[in-house]
Amino acid sequence: MKKLLSVLSLVALIGMSAIATSGISYAEDTAAEATVEAVADTAAAVDAATPEAAPAAAPAEAAAAPTPVPNKGDTTWMLVSTVLVTLMVIPGLALFYGGLVRQKNMLSVLMQVFMIFSLMAVLWAIYGYSVAFTGGNAFFGGLSKAFLAGVTPESLGATFSKGVYIPELTFVGFQLTFAAITPALIVGAFAERMKFSAVLAFMALWFTFAYLPMAHMVWYWDGPDAITTAESLNTVVANAGWLWAKGALDFAGGTVVHINAGVAGLVAAFVLGKRIGYGKEAMTPHSLTLTMVGAALLWVGWYGFNAGSNLEANGYAALASVNTTIATAAATLAWSFSEWLLKGKPSMLGAASGAVAGLVAITPACGFVGPMGAIVIGLVVSPVCYFFVAKVKYMLGYDDALDVFGVHAIGGIVGALLTGVFVNPALGGAGVVDYVANGVAAYDFGAQMTAQLWAVATAIVVSGVVAFISLKVVDLVIGLRVSEESEREGLDTTEHGERAYHA
Amino acid sequence: MKFVSAIIKPFKLDEVREALSNIGVQGITVTEVKGFGRQKGHTELYRGAEYVVDFLPKVKLEVAIKDDMLDQVVDAIEKAAATGKIGDGKIFVFNLEQVYRIRTGETGPDAL
Repeated sequence: MKKLLSVLSLVALIGMSAIATSGISYAEDTAAEATVEAVADTAAAVDAATPEAAPAAAPAEAAAAPTPVPNKGDTTWMLVSTVLVTLMVIPGLALFYGGLVRQKNMLSVLMQVFMIFSLMAVLWAIYGYSVAFTGGNAFFGGLSKAFLAGVTPESLGATFSKGVYIPELTFVGFQLTFAAITPALIVGAFAERMKFSAVLAFMALWFTFAYLPMAHMVWYWDGPDAITTAESLNTVVANAGWLWAKGALDFAGGTVVHINAGVAGLVAAFVLGKRIGYGKEAMTPHSLTLTMVGAALLWVGWYGFNAGSNLEANGYAALASVNTTIATAAATLAWSFSEWLLKGKPSMLGAASGAVAGLVAITPACGFVGPMGAIVIGLVVSPVCYFFVAKVKYMLGYDDALDVFGVHAIGGIVGALLTGVFVNPALGGAGVVDYVANGVAAYDFGAQMTAQLWAVATAIVVSGVVAFISLKVVDLVIGLRVSEESEREGLDTTEHGERAYHA
Repeated sequence: MKFVSAIIKPFKLDEVREALSNIGVQGITVTEVKGFGRQKGHTELYRGAEYVVDFLPKVKLEVAIKDDMLDQVVDAIEKAAATGKIGDGKIFVFNLEQVYRIRTGETGPDAL
């Protein structure tokens, strides 16, 4: 009981401190609390910031004056996408990881994923959404929508098309699932040895100081309707998140979700150390059947993740969806053939790993590249990830139990960089929308790759530093690892008091 | 009385059971076991992590018989379990001191 209380109070403390820090840092910033979603506010902000642009923008605004009504198709698609991403996490990821651990730790992994999802969902509603998706500074949002203040069934959220809105609550719910899956991905790195209480405390810290800032930096902007002229574009850029302003492209979360989680996983693997018996005892997956079921659920759910990130049910959602299938298929083939060539046999685990690597790599690219670019991304990512999980991991000697770094961080980096290459319309890409000219912007390889590198480097540094400090704090307060005896016995009985299978 | 314990390939179990029934063996006890002999194990590979699996799945069957049936029983198992390839297994023969049938209390060959 005492232990439970200390954990609860720690989680609460973390939440409070997050609110406090952001409150203090941005108290002076009250002027820039323009909401992305409320059209009227946005338009007002643009007008105020660029008075000379007002007359030019006036006719457009007059035409768009009636409150936009969300399209029922878009709304439905977002609700379905939210369910699909949930499907990725609490059955999909849990089973994918669960099958990969030894039988004695099966429930611990299922439980960690299940509870992280639930904890993040609540934190998201309390302060996460506000910190990620309201104005503050370039790195951290504000608290104007803490406790989802002012978010009603009537409030609207911007999409990527001018004049097209979705109910803000669909955006809140959709993004909630992203915030919940990202910390859950890290579980694979420290599987089979971390205290359950430490897992929850670490996740609350990392979510607050790594996930939320990354989401804000990459995805926060005032929406397309705020951009009418070059001047208003400057205002939007000035208000936007740091990486958005740099022009970094991340359609569905390659940096925010995958590099972010993968790097945290690597740090966790180093800080926690290896599992007892690593390299000496057999640590074979206890059920690749469940791993395949999990990988398949991830694949299916990923359509919501990628195509849902388009926020509208239109041609770009279709592009994201088709690219998701093609890149994943190419990556599955590439991993299997790599393994077949190098090790003599194509394994089911290899095919499942290839599929996940492909899904990760196409995530930042799915709405930007063409289908042929997607094939190349899929073919490239698998051999690179394979090299990291089968070679680099052993060379460097860290125990990333389920290859969170090798698949998610490396796959995410490959995807982020290749997005910069294949977004090029000359290579079949969709290009980047120029909201001033309302067309496709000219492609500049150097500038785009610089922006992509900024995004990758920022994710690595933010996630790495935050993960390291958070783990050290949790280690001091509650300790990270279970006792040697518990680890040998298995976390199912020692941490959760139950067994997965009764023979 | 003799006690025969045979380690065989799992997929040969049905053939061996049939051969033993045909010569009048009344009961067989079967256990799934693991082990290695000259066949050695195999390697498994999980994302590049290689594990040598020394112990292969086998079936152990045990029969208790009268002395005069021994040659027939050994012959039946040998023929039914053989594939001619390494890993076909072994037959161990023990002298059996005593047998009791729990239900009736019979002892000796009557209890077989």
